[in-house]
Amino acid sequence: MSDIILEARGICKYFYDPVKVKVLNEINFSINKGDFVAVTGKSGCGKSTLLYILSTMDTDYEGELLIDGELMKGKKEKQLARIRNEKIGFVFQFHYLLNEFSVLKNVMLPGLKLGKYSDTEVADRAMEKLKMLGIENLGMKKANQLSGGEKQRVAIARALINDPLIIMGDEPTGNLDKKNSEIVFDIFKELAERYKQTLLIVTHDQGFAANTHRIIEMEDGKIIK
Amino acid sequence: MNYKLIFNIAKSLLLARWKQTLVAAIGVTFSITMFITLLSFMTGLNDLLDGLILNRTPHVRLFNDIKPNKHQPINSTVTYGKDYNFINSIKSSSSRQEIYNSGAIMESLTKDVNVMGLAPKIIAPVFFNDGSIDITGVINGIDVEEESRLLHFNEYVTTGNPLDLKNVSNSIILGKGLADKLIANIGDVVQITTSKGERFQLKVIGFFQSGLLEFDKTQSFATLGTVQKILGKPNSYITDIQVKLYDIKKAPALAREYTQLYGADAEDIQTANSQFETGSFVRSLISYAVGITLLVVAGFGIYNILNMMIYEKMDSIAILKATGFSGTDVKRIFLVIALTIGLFGGTLGLAFGFLLSSVIDQIPFNTAALPTVTTYPINYNPVFYLIGSSFSLITTYLAGFFPARKASKVDPVIIIRGK
Ligand SMILES: Nc1ncnc2c1ncn2[C@@H]1O[C@H](COP(=O)(O)OP(=O)(O)OP(=O)(O)O)[C@@H](O)[C@H]1O
Ligand SMILES: [Mg+2]
Repeated sequence: MSDIILEARGICKYFYDPVKVKVLNEINFSINKGDFVAVTGKSGCGKSTLLYILSTMDTDYEGELLIDGELMKGKKEKQLARIRNEKIGFVFQFHYLLNEFSVLKNVMLPGLKLGKYSDTEVADRAMEKLKMLGIENLGMKKANQLSGGEKQRVAIARALINDPLIIMGDEPTGNLDKKNSEIVFDIFKELAERYKQTLLIVTHDQGFAANTHRIIEMEDGKIIK
Repeated sequence: MNYKLIFNIAKSLLLARWKQTLVAAIGVTFSITMFITLLSFMTGLNDLLDGLILNRTPHVRLFNDIKPNKHQPINSTVTYGKDYNFINSIKSSSSRQEIYNSGAIMESLTKDVNVMGLAPKIIAPVFFNDGSIDITGVINGIDVEEESRLLHFNEYVTTGNPLDLKNVSNSIILGKGLADKLIANIGDVVQITTSKGERFQLKVIGFFQSGLLEFDKTQSFATLGTVQKILGKPNSYITDIQVKLYDIKKAPALAREYTQLYGADAEDIQTANSQFETGSFVRSLISYAVGITLLVVAGFGIYNILNMMIYEKMDSIAILKATGFSGTDVKRIFLVIALTIGLFGGTLGLAFGFLLSSVIDQIPFNTAALPTVTTYPINYNPVFYLIGSSFSLITTYLAGFFPARKASKVDPVIIIRGK
């Protein structure tokens, strides 16, 4: 298919501390535009490790990673930063908002960095994303004044600001109660269904995984399904 | 590069930790303040001490030293003239200290483009008679106006008007120390005896205080005419020509040239007072060393603050990097923080340094040795401010550089995984 957004070819990853361990073993898969994919597996099977590689933050691996048809190997730190900025949105288990800034500014930062739009346009777009997630009234608050669920929604808005090709999440609901988890899940679902947003979400939550389009199951550094 | 964004983020990080950054900035302010004050004060003091001697020393002095004649008769004879002749017990020839043909020399010097001006002088050793006691002293015959213009004579006359020397006939200005010895007051008449045994009476019209006590105990001043009269010499008689140049550095070369040209001895200021430059140099060196030490200490303060800030902001750095900021961006953010501290602290430091030196400039400083000085001396040289501001920026840059580089190397994976 020509719509492949992300492709992993034979990705292997070793950790050397304290002894050489192969954490990822020959990972091969691809994600098409509009896919809503869940990655599941036992704790310690290498899900997070894989996600860090796919997100270009970890460059110490074997095999090939293509994002938007482009090979990531051999790119400079600056180029990778640019790709993360432009094409990848992140949502982590912990919200990682910058407490020095307002909610709106937090959402705007990656947009300002991209520099594609003027500052006011970025602000408008950020407001739009907050509205889409139903938290437009929080815009002027400081990031540390929010609840966990609200923070996670702000993090999603931030991930969306540059209209990324793919949103990656590492247990984005892992730190939330049931109600908030559901809200976040519904947001992902809506993003996938209504806006055709491509999503790759690592999760422990079987219920969450079952409701996605596709599940990648891992065990001991391999994809088993 | 989006500098606006970088400044914006730097500002937010700074304000979030404004107390610590303030402390760091105060460190810079303090050191720059001290740097400026110390240098202004030290240099002021240097100038003062140098001026004590250098202001009053001509750049080149022409005179006739008493010494054996170079042209001994035997060397002029046909028979032995070419031999190497050993002559024992040579005596100095004619004790004439007069500069020969002084009028023509002065005229030619006035035309020299290097010469700012010249002041002729007669040095006459005399005895001051005080009852039965004779005090050895010197009367300097001077041209009051030129001596004041070129060698600041008027600044050292503490009592009386120097121009009265010209207006009152047979008048004299005594060194303060000499006057005290003679118990002479203004308007009194002092009696002197020349080396030839002639007696003269001179009216005291002022006191002179040079700052060098020994000097003041022997020296006195009168006009050229008065001294010529005392010595019984014609009015072309002059023993010294004091030359002030536009460029003091040319003095040694010109002194050599004048010796050749005029056949008189010439001494330049550098040879006469070489020890002064060394003293000034060492004092400046100490001030710079102290100032720079203070700055380095302030630099460590900034280094600490930034390290702490980076340690605290690991999460923020990780997320900035995860969302597309490069290592360079992160480095710039922290460098901007460091330089802001330096710029802010440094500017305040310059201002406070100026204030503190102006305060010192107002503090009374009266000493018998320095009659013209009433407050502590300060040199407001803009160069100190330039050096201070450049150093504050350089040290803060260096202090910021290593923490900033550390921040740029933060691996977001390690931070995010660490949670
Ligand atoms: N920096 C490291 N050095 C050595 N071993 C590591 C390092 N990071 C992770 N590992 C190991 O790699 C394996 C995979 O870790 P990873 O975090 O990817 O698991 P995971 O599937 O995300 O688990 P969880 O579901 O608990 O988050 C684990 O066995 C872990 O101990
Ligand atoms: Mg994990």
